[in-house]
Amino acid sequence: MSQRMKEVPAWNATAHVSSQVNEMPPSGIRKFFDLVSEMEGAISLGVGEPDFVTPWHIREACIYSLESGFTSYTSNKGMPELREMICQSMRSKTGLEYDPDEQALVTTGVSEAVDLAFRATLNQGDEVIVPEPCYVAYVPDVMLAGGRAVVVQTRPEDRFKLRPESVQKALTAKTRALLLSYPNNPTGAIMNREDLEELADLVVEHDLLVVSDEVYGDLTYSGCHCSFAQLEGMAERTLILGGFSKSHAMTGWRIGYALGDPQVVGAMTKVHQYTMLCAPIMAQVAAVEALQRGEEEMLKMKHEYNLRRRLFVAGLNRIGLNCFEPEGAFYAFPSIQATGLTSEEFAEALLKDQKVAAVPGSVFGSSGEGFLRCSYATSREELIEALDRIEIFLDGLSLP
Amino acid sequence: MNEILQILSENSKATPAEIAALLGQREEVVAREIKELEDSGVIRKYMTLIDWEKAGEGYVYAVIELKVALQRNTGYDAVAERIARFSEVQSVRLISGDHDLSVTVRGKSMREVAFFVAERIAILEGVQSTCTHFILKSYKEHGVNLTDRPKPKRLVITA
Repeated sequence: MSQRMKEVPAWNATAHVSSQVNEMPPSGIRKFFDLVSEMEGAISLGVGEPDFVTPWHIREACIYSLESGFTSYTSNKGMPELREMICQSMRSKTGLEYDPDEQALVTTGVSEAVDLAFRATLNQGDEVIVPEPCYVAYVPDVMLAGGRAVVVQTRPEDRFKLRPESVQKALTAKTRALLLSYPNNPTGAIMNREDLEELADLVVEHDLLVVSDEVYGDLTYSGCHCSFAQLEGMAERTLILGGFSKSHAMTGWRIGYALGDPQVVGAMTKVHQYTMLCAPIMAQVAAVEALQRGEEEMLKMKHEYNLRRRLFVAGLNRIGLNCFEPEGAFYAFPSIQATGLTSEEFAEALLKDQKVAAVPGSVFGSSGEGFLRCSYATSREELIEALDRIEIFLDGLSLP
Repeated sequence: MNEILQILSENSKATPAEIAALLGQREEVVAREIKELEDSGVIRKYMTLIDWEKAGEGYVYAVIELKVALQRNTGYDAVAERIARFSEVQSVRLISGDHDLSVTVRGKSMREVAFFVAERIAILEGVQSTCTHFILKSYKEHGVNLTDRPKPKRLVITA
């Protein structure tokens, strides 16, 4: 009796995907990913992660911990020794004091921390100011948390720093938070203490929470990274999100953290305990090792990025792609406006013509239009070869 | 640390123009500084690290540890410098511990190296004993891992 008696209506998958997720645009890099993946001999300047493998001493510490049987859950907030080390490292770098028990949460990468920050702090319809161009996840994360992302533009003439006038214009009675992500992906811009000071009055006046993604903080090439939390009286209203992915070449480990006001971090911990439960113990053990003994290797990698940065940015300017000096992260963000092409057209033609992959600036928000994100987290030889190929490509465009 | 030296220590083929681009300096400035480093003897020699094993040239290497009698005026220097003159000798180092000098010797065969030690080193005045360790396999030389497996690939494009 296997035959069904009644006809079953066709399965309608669309009805089972939330309309909010349905409406969310897919990431703009997907198309390029598919194009490059099929191409032989392409040079990719499109990778948002270090080209170094995690330093051996960190991998070795993790392997030993596995051999010793460290395979269990940890406390929701993360291993106490890791939280202590995170707070201690923050103290030595910035002088800021955080209580490892009340003000620190270990997350699975900064990505989770961003998601938690918005979910734990926003009510339906609350607005978050998001400066663009920026990393692709902030706007969708705000949406998923029921908030509304209010995008403000940063401009090349301001070296892609966020200006208080732009924030001022975007403020409404519903604004609850301001997102900062400096050093910035995709522009490589930084905000130093004076730049941040200019925002402080607005933040206090409008009682905003500052969500500060500082995952590239250690990769600052001119002076020291300054967190908004270091400004007078701003520590309690700043949520610092940090990690190990970029500084210690640990992207695949998925390990990050949040530091901030006990109530905000407590609220994030609540969501975290019902969703992620805890960050993987192997990654936490590795992060302890990275903080205890990883500084020298980190500085070595940073030094190499800095050499490449000089080489590459000067090279871009030499071949006619006007590029402001990026002072952090590992991206150059040259303007391609002189070619008359959109950034997507430029990136696609460059890839097909010369097999160099870079990400169109428009992927990172409309103010990224007219720019190209080039990651210099790739070998010097490849950077030099890529510059040669881009130069040939530009010559072929026969510009006026 | 001197950044030019650091770059050259990794790649002796780096040209002044290439180094200048990495440091954001002018080529002539870099070239002048390299010349000074060469003239003052800070830069001793430009070399190439060769995997002779792979090249199919079978050199035999040995580390020889020596006990040496200290001399009143010259300490270990006289005997060490004497040993260093042999072209078979690749390195001579004063070391702490059970022995005094550590000498690396290169030869065409184990027999050649063994005889060199017996006939040329052991008989020197002041050399009290020798202990020869033949090198069976090199895993890392001058900071370069010779057994490295290929690096895992990254995704070609990520945000």
